[in-house]
Amino acid sequence: MTILPSKFGSYGGRYVPETLMPALEQLEAEFTRARDDRAFQQKLNGLLVDYAGRPTPITYASRLSERLGGARIYLKREDLAHTGAHKINNALGQALLAQRMGKRRIIAETGAGQHGVASATACALLGLECAVYMGEVDMARQAPNVFRMRLLGAEVRPVSSGSRTLKDAINEAIRDWVTNVETTHYLLGSALGPHPYPTMVREFQKVIGREARTQMLAKTGRTPDAAVACVGGGSNAIGLFSGFLDDPDVALIGVEAGGEGIAGGKHASRFSDPERSRLGVLHGTHTFVLQTPDGQIAETHSVSAGLDYAAVGPEHAHLRDLGRAEYTVATDAEALAAFSLLSTLEGIIPALESAHAVAEAVRRAPKMKPDQILLICLSGRGDKDLDTVTPLLASPPSLKPSPVSLANGEGKSGGTGRRKSERK
Amino acid sequence: MPLAEIKLAFQRKPAFMPYLPVGYPTLADSIDALEALGKNGADLIEVGIPFSDPLADGPVIQQATHTALENGVTLGSVFDALRELRRRGVAIPLILMGYYNPIFRRGLEAFRRDALAAGADGVIVPDLPPEESGELEQALGGDFPCIRMLAPTTSADRAQKICASAKGFLYLVSVTGVTGARDKVSAGLPEFIARVRGAVPQGLPLCVGFGIASPAQAAEVGRIADGVIVGSACVRALGEAQQPKLAAANLARAFRAALKGIGP
Ligand SMILES: Cc1ncc(COP(=O)(O)O)c(C=O)c1O
Repeated sequence: MTILPSKFGSYGGRYVPETLMPALEQLEAEFTRARDDRAFQQKLNGLLVDYAGRPTPITYASRLSERLGGARIYLKREDLAHTGAHKINNALGQALLAQRMGKRRIIAETGAGQHGVASATACALLGLECAVYMGEVDMARQAPNVFRMRLLGAEVRPVSSGSRTLKDAINEAIRDWVTNVETTHYLLGSALGPHPYPTMVREFQKVIGREARTQMLAKTGRTPDAAVACVGGGSNAIGLFSGFLDDPDVALIGVEAGGEGIAGGKHASRFSDPERSRLGVLHGTHTFVLQTPDGQIAETHSVSAGLDYAAVGPEHAHLRDLGRAEYTVATDAEALAAFSLLSTLEGIIPALESAHAVAEAVRRAPKMKPDQILLICLSGRGDKDLDTVTPLLASPPSLKPSPVSLANGEGKSGGTGRRKSERK
Repeated sequence: MPLAEIKLAFQRKPAFMPYLPVGYPTLADSIDALEALGKNGADLIEVGIPFSDPLADGPVIQQATHTALENGVTLGSVFDALRELRRRGVAIPLILMGYYNPIFRRGLEAFRRDALAAGADGVIVPDLPPEESGELEQALGGDFPCIRMLAPTTSADRAQKICASAKGFLYLVSVTGVTGARDKVSAGLPEFIARVRGAVPQGLPLCVGFGIASPAQAAEVGRIADGVIVGSACVRALGEAQQPKLAAANLARAFRAALKGIGP
């Protein structure tokens, strides 16, 4: 009963209450029509160019490359897209689609707040009503984005159940959708959820990879040797990866949140913790899910709200099976060190999410040759994270971590060091 | 034989099917209450398997299953509870109700084996539409039904397909929404039921759930449906009661009395 393939290999699908099935069928049908509709594409493209500021540039990170002493590092600057993250690409696409379906009410969930802000923005632009669900923990750590959403006219609905983070915000959004499905579009923010969301979000985020490939060819005459992106649900990564899937020489690397380390379980890595992560179903998708031996969804941890989620987008699980993409982790401490490193060396404050991708580059670039190229998806900017980061980076020496301490994963930078030493 | 048992349970129409999760308000109370429901007028019981992320449920059931998990309830304790109910002489069909992940995690074959051994007669999985239920249904085999659900949003076409291979009974969701007591029975319900009747194989009972709060509402629904499912109202009554077992017995008697002799 689906038009597009509903699974990536064995992952994905549509595990939702029956009430939502017809809406998903409608969404899929409308999405495929819109995809083939020149007028729709032109409208979306117009907004991406004139409103969101696309194409975003590619920046050569010369001082970072020099410091790390290996590959040349380039940054795909999604932080420069309007509202400060890649989320706007998908929000504009889905909001236009909602308008096409005659749905005037939008609901969204948000972790880091970037997707909430992007949704609120798209709704303001198109004159749609907007409610955003956000866990209370995330509201506290991403307060600036809560203000922004309200300023944009969206209603922010605090979620106090469960871990009070992204997972619970998605639960509430789905409950709202089940109740108001006839009038409401659920503007899901990552490459997860029931079919067709993972496919649709990928298609709206493909613009990252498409641009990046063209720009790298223009700038360097070739494709990069490695393309690195952080993976929460997986949307910025799948957007970047899509541009290079047919270039077998480009290594695709996704970086999950290692939190306080895999062993203790306080993390959000679906791929590197075989003990807690198993195949399962969460929020409509069959994929790897962090869970208890009894099949309850596990609580996750990351310093970065946007990566703090128990399931991974199904296409990533498939790319990993195929051996086409590889997945690593960066801990909170490593991400914080990378956060200050990029800030001080390049004058670019990355989102904490994106800092995970930078941390992987910090590890990887020194092992690469100077004629090699590493491309990082800088998925968003870090203004929203200053409240979180400021107390954690309090001790001045941590602001200039040496590459050596990062490379061996010590991350003795301030980071979460304080908390760690408390535990010892 | 589970399917035959379910069929027998619908000889009394409309059937009364309360829902309670194992482990709420406490594990012992929930078993006592389930027993009291079973001995005071329930024709079938939906026995809830608690899940951390019950996305089709409203606040009452969400809170209750959360408490149940805090009480340490696992799928294993749900099976133990069924065994205990059987030991205490509860003979009516017990239908498990739970989300897919814990079932999948146990392993589908193991789930069937353990559920049958514990005395379950069927299973309802609200986040498993027919498109995704193939593996589970295959593992369950011909006699142990995975109950299908229909919603007001389900198109006629879809309903036809869903009904064609349904087993046991059909679960009609009375509202576009999550579980939870409502003030009124949904106005569209008679039309919805009539529409589904046309698509259902002869003799497959139609049970209506979601939103039914009082014996009077149950009676209203019971005039046109073959069974009435009462969840949140039941959970709330027990949660507020000093003596959950007594409350369950009273509740079952009240609903039973309201439904007496009014079948469709
Ligand atoms: C800046 C930024 N990067 C990355 C992410 C992670 O999401 P995804 O994996 O879908 O790109 C988020 C999510 O909120 C974000 O705000």
